[in-house]
Amino acid sequence: MAGPTEYLPKTFRPRVSTYWWLGRWSYLKFILRELSSIFIAWFVILTLLQISALKRGPADYVQLQEWLRRPILVALNALSLFFVVFHTVTWFNLAPKAMSIRVRGKPVSNLLITAPNYLAWLAISAAVAWLLLRG
Amino acid sequence: MADRITLKVTRYDPGRDHEPGFQTYEVPLRKDWVVLDALNYVKDKVDGSLSFRWSCRMGICGSCGMMVNGEPKLTCATFVSEYMPGPVSVEPLKHFPILRDLIVDISDFLEKLTKVKPWLIREEERRVVDGEYLQTPEQADTFRQFSMCINCLLCYAACPVYGLDPLFTGPAAIALAQRYNTDSRDQGTNERLDILSQHDGIWGCTFVGDCTRVCPKHVDPAGAIQQYKLTAAKEWIKSLLMPWGGR
Repeated sequence: MAGPTEYLPKTFRPRVSTYWWLGRWSYLKFILRELSSIFIAWFVILTLLQISALKRGPADYVQLQEWLRRPILVALNALSLFFVVFHTVTWFNLAPKAMSIRVRGKPVSNLLITAPNYLAWLAISAAVAWLLLRG
Repeated sequence: MADRITLKVTRYDPGRDHEPGFQTYEVPLRKDWVVLDALNYVKDKVDGSLSFRWSCRMGICGSCGMMVNGEPKLTCATFVSEYMPGPVSVEPLKHFPILRDLIVDISDFLEKLTKVKPWLIREEERRVVDGEYLQTPEQADTFRQFSMCINCLLCYAACPVYGLDPLFTGPAAIALAQRYNTDSRDQGTNERLDILSQHDGIWGCTFVGDCTRVCPKHVDPAGAIQQYKLTAAKEWIKSLLMPWGGR
């Protein structure tokens, strides 16, 4: 940047701290939301591992289940579940921001955009629960 | 109620100081005083060298935005008594170069604002004798919210993306571009999209959402940017599916 001149006065540009996100709850919430993608990636990998074990046969699947019973993995999965729910809820709540739907000239209420997301989530969860628990 | 409160104000003299510092002032605590009144008291009665911008005192001109206790605020709309028992810190708007005391250099924003073409663009201008471009109240309603922006730049001070990457176009400029995009009389959406769909435009936004939280005029710039992203994505898919279909 050019130095100060008669017409371009000297200014002071404050630096943004590396820990800017610790200063305010809304910033921290944003960083946690971004961080949640790592745990979502972990759940995707876990699902792939399960499918791969299933393909290899019952013995491999039992072995994977044993591995998943380790306290550290139970803790990791509990933490991941928390972050996945956090990601989902914050994502659904932000959905109305991106959609400006107007019916007969009037904007549609945020609830009408958010609610179908939650209903779909509930319906899919119920279907998965039914699939897993019916036996 | 105490009758005085302490203001902790940023002072910076570019000709003398290496970096900004604080100076404290005792001011009368009056129920009807906003932070700007307290600053004007200091300027009139205590220290005439204190520099800050202000004009209308009624939340219209957008000149008096500052950081009050770390939050971007219009100082003409922020009561001192809210910060009892004090002290109240008053700093220049974050993320902008400081020119002097509480005055920041906003030329970067003004350049960006011009770049997004916040005016009515017509493919072919109608002749004056042909009359005005008509619009129904419903059509005016679609952009009214975005047109409330007073360029106070509180949203830029709240946006960590702009703080970390000054090339980012930023909330107010994008919201104002969206104001014209949603105007039924405008035909410049594609022209603006070419500018804003670049990396430093809408895609720089990571949706922290604080711009909307601090906006004194409820413009919702975060919403405007997300709507813009949706439009840009739709345009991209359209160009992918129909490469021959010109926009």
